[in-house]
Amino acid sequence: MSATRAALPPKHQPVEAGDRPVDRRFGSTLLRHLAVVLAVGLVLVAVSYAVEPFRNFQLATVAAYLCATAGLTVLTGLNGQLSLGHGALMATGAYTVALCQNAFADRGMTGGWLLPLSLGAAIVSTVAVGAVVGVAAARLRGPYLAGVTLAVAIVVPALAVTFDGVFNGEQGLSVPVEPPPLSLGPYFPYERWQLWLTGAATLLALLLLANLVRSRYGRSFRAVRDDEVAARLAGIHVARTQVLAFVVSAATAGLGGALLAVLAQSVSPGAFSLTLSLFLLMAVVIGGLGRLTGALWGAVLLVALPDLTHSVTELFTLSPAVAQRLEGNLPLAIFGLTLIVVMIAAPGGVQGLLSRLGRSLLARWPARRS
Amino acid sequence: MHRLAQRGLAIASTIALLVTAAGCSGDDGSGPGGASVPGVTDTEITVGTHMPLTGPASAGYSKIAPATKAYFDFVNAQGGVHGRKITYKIMDDGYNPANTQQVVRQLVLQDKVFAILNGLGTPTHTGVLDFLKSNRVPDLFVASGSRSWDQPDKYPGTFGFNPDYTVEGKILATYAKTNLAGQKVCFLGQDDDFGRDSLAGVEKVLGAGAVAVKQTYVTSNTNVAPQIGAFKAASCKVVVLATVPGFTALSIGTAARLGFKAQWLVSNVGADHPTLAKQLGAAAPILEGMVGTNYLPMQNDTANPWVQLFTKINKEYNGDAPFDGNTVYGMSVGYLFVQTLLAAGKDLTREKVLEAVQKGGFQGPGLVPLRFSAKDHSGYGGQRLSRVTGGVQSYFGPAYETDEADGPVNEYTAAPVAPPANGVPTVS
Repeated sequence: MSATRAALPPKHQPVEAGDRPVDRRFGSTLLRHLAVVLAVGLVLVAVSYAVEPFRNFQLATVAAYLCATAGLTVLTGLNGQLSLGHGALMATGAYTVALCQNAFADRGMTGGWLLPLSLGAAIVSTVAVGAVVGVAAARLRGPYLAGVTLAVAIVVPALAVTFDGVFNGEQGLSVPVEPPPLSLGPYFPYERWQLWLTGAATLLALLLLANLVRSRYGRSFRAVRDDEVAARLAGIHVARTQVLAFVVSAATAGLGGALLAVLAQSVSPGAFSLTLSLFLLMAVVIGGLGRLTGALWGAVLLVALPDLTHSVTELFTLSPAVAQRLEGNLPLAIFGLTLIVVMIAAPGGVQGLLSRLGRSLLARWPARRS
Repeated sequence: MHRLAQRGLAIASTIALLVTAAGCSGDDGSGPGGASVPGVTDTEITVGTHMPLTGPASAGYSKIAPATKAYFDFVNAQGGVHGRKITYKIMDDGYNPANTQQVVRQLVLQDKVFAILNGLGTPTHTGVLDFLKSNRVPDLFVASGSRSWDQPDKYPGTFGFNPDYTVEGKILATYAKTNLAGQKVCFLGQDDDFGRDSLAGVEKVLGAGAVAVKQTYVTSNTNVAPQIGAFKAASCKVVVLATVPGFTALSIGTAARLGFKAQWLVSNVGADHPTLAKQLGAAAPILEGMVGTNYLPMQNDTANPWVQLFTKINKEYNGDAPFDGNTVYGMSVGYLFVQTLLAAGKDLTREKVLEAVQKGGFQGPGLVPLRFSAKDHSGYGGQRLSRVTGGVQSYFGPAYETDEADGPVNEYTAAPVAPPANGVPTVS
């Protein structure tokens, strides 16, 4: 499912989180990533025909979240900057899309090219916000950085309520999205179209991210994370690298938020609360910090957990009062417990566990290295 | 090169698993023009709702859907409707529009419900109107008085239940105009269509500039001291509240703390005395003199045959939960839905249900008539005022009827009907 196997560490000796710059794989990185992205794209299209509409919608939601978690894992896992404010960056993207789409609709403009334009605007606006936060973040370390990003997470949704003339307070804005193009047939399921749209955007973003991670910039990100002094001695401009990491990460978060808004056809501050920011961070840690594949597991978790807990509560015939309490709070509790267990049992997250398993299996396999 | 192959294999197997998992769940949705009706079998009708079981609006409201479900269980125990039992899927959205999007999609796409019934909340339900319309899902008896539900041309499948907030604002303002003449009127409303529609109604009666101070609140911020402080500074004598129960309690409680006294005129959705008293705990006596509105039998009126019926059902099918206005409300919704299903006939389709509602003519627990017609999708057309005296909330004066435009506020004098002997409506 993932376009990002490329971010896996090489399989020989165990490695720390993140991957090593040494790479003796087949062919050029770009071509390899392209091949993977194309393969995944084709598979996604096949899947979109195979599964029912609600699964399509869920997969599309996973794709939207994956944008955000992938960006966050690059920032936190590869560059070592903690961000508790990524939910707010998603909100920036989401509101930009809403405002753009509404502006287009008010002017009676229609056409398939409008949505990409709005998504582009969302990325641009989030990059601007990300640059501002990034410049501040580059001067801060540890708890101070957490504090600033936390403030961002709280301030941005509050802005939507404060300036309710523009953002319509807690009710939020609706996002007019056009139905699937008629060339696909009159009864083309809307959810399938949503999956195609978000899938395409996400794959593109992941392709760019995967290439960036394997490039000179990716190596600078890791160098700065591992030892700032050593990085500086090697001629890396630390602050610039940190701002760049923040901006890249913000851009993907903005795209993720924008896609979520398009999926829900509405945007409201409640969707981008502090809880979401914390969830994103937990998701990338559980998935496996610093790996794009880990970001995928995290995104899947974000979508699957509430659904799962609902099914669990439905299994038991509980008194209405108890069911009610569980309904809202169980996902949080499970998320927290999972995080603790993962931290103790598998610090590398789900992806770390999987690659360890894969390695131990391969070790038993007769080696066939060409 | 074989790495690529491995990777491809891994991806392919993941997909295969996913597809099998998806294939195992759910049945085939029938294509356009398919014969089967979603959520309807020969023995069952599945409907769903979104409710704030948790979060800022859960006080009181979380009891509505269980009460509706209890009424359905009561009807099911007597054989259901046209031989079909009603299954009611209740989803929690925490009064958060973002969650509503998710849970309603789950109800419609995954659980394949026949209709969404009584989805609660102005900001929450507004966000799913288009989705429900494009999936042609009947969207019945929305638990809110926003005027958005009454747009037959734009949303042919959506029908309200509550009297709309503008009607309510007009009735409250008429009371202020006749009984509290010359006193300074102020307004606190939720910062969305709920508050805005209500204020529009108040201003229709009192005049555009007549409301001295207008304040709003958001459910994510539980501090209303600034708003109440503004009322105190302007020495308001009358305050109209378009608030959910939690914020009615908060506003009146904050006013007591700040030593601000006023005559409170409260929207029906935030005026249920047992709910407010529970919120305020020991401070409940400060609700004395509060004027509210309602359009269903008062929960403490044990002489009312509807209340007797609902109390009995509450004992048997709802675990004898504390009985309040939300219980009466939930069961009234259930009663109306059963009436609708009966009117739609044995051969149930989505179109027939919409036709049945538009035909109207429903007689039930309401003190005023329901307005449903092809041109009008709003619910109850009026209200009656209530007051808290000696810790007991009771009706006073006549019931009123009006429209959301500039029509006059008239008294409505027809006597309410009694419930059927066995508690289940019959085909009218």
